[in-house]
Amino acid sequence: MEFSCKETSDVLFVKVEAERIDAAAAISFKENMRDITGKCGASHVVLDLSEVAFIDSSGLGAIVSVMKLMGTTTRLDLAGMTPTVDKVFRLTRMDSIFTIYEHPEDVEKIYKAG
Amino acid sequence: MQICETNNTNKHQLHVEFPSGEMSVRQALGQLMSVLTPYDLSEDDLGSVEIVLGEVLNNVVEHAYAESDDGMVLMSCTPGAHVLRFCVEDEGVALPHAELPKGTLPCMDGPLETLPEGGFGWYLVQNLALDLHYRRIGRRNVLAFSIPFEGNG
Repeated sequence: MEFSCKETSDVLFVKVEAERIDAAAAISFKENMRDITGKCGASHVVLDLSEVAFIDSSGLGAIVSVMKLMGTTTRLDLAGMTPTVDKVFRLTRMDSIFTIYEHPEDVEKIYKAG
Repeated sequence: MQICETNNTNKHQLHVEFPSGEMSVRQALGQLMSVLTPYDLSEDDLGSVEIVLGEVLNNVVEHAYAESDDGMVLMSCTPGAHVLRFCVEDEGVALPHAELPKGTLPCMDGPLETLPEGGFGWYLVQNLALDLHYRRIGRRNVLAFSIPFEGNG
């Protein structure tokens, strides 16, 4: 599974460069995210899902698992939800657990605004 | 992977047969979504179909066939007016107690470390599908359900 990362002074943006986070991809997603977030010292990570058209319960579980691994000192937010991904988060009420931004750029605006 | 379309008694039916495996599920879902293109399903409807079938088929692969890749899965779909009727069959182990799981949402009220990482699959299925029926017939699991759709109109 491919990812692209961009680090600013405040935030690490991790973009998932894959169309699906499904049962076939969940383990790879979890391992890659653990490596990426383990290497950086950022206390705020934003997972950009704008390329992800589909997620299933395994993928959802993998995202929760990554958030738990990061612990309470590092914040994990989500951004760029496509319609079906948004639907899965809404139906399972996981949208109440995560802070979700419409666009990843919205996070930077918040820091700039102070 | 085999896919065929039959037209009996004026009812169009789509069949997809594929071997057990997570990548096969991905391919079968892709096939299903492409054969549904001629029907008047909205993006939201197609999302519901992919969510439900993804959960049902991966459940067969992970639990009925316990990740072994020598089982076969048969999925059929009969499109009707504003509803798709599905039947999924396999020859793996039966559902626990030979009945459908309740499909309730796991508790999410506790602290971070207690957040659930699973238990969402059947909830999504029960939430989006109607007329869900499971039967163990001999050595086969037969799961039938409907997914209503609104279309683009």
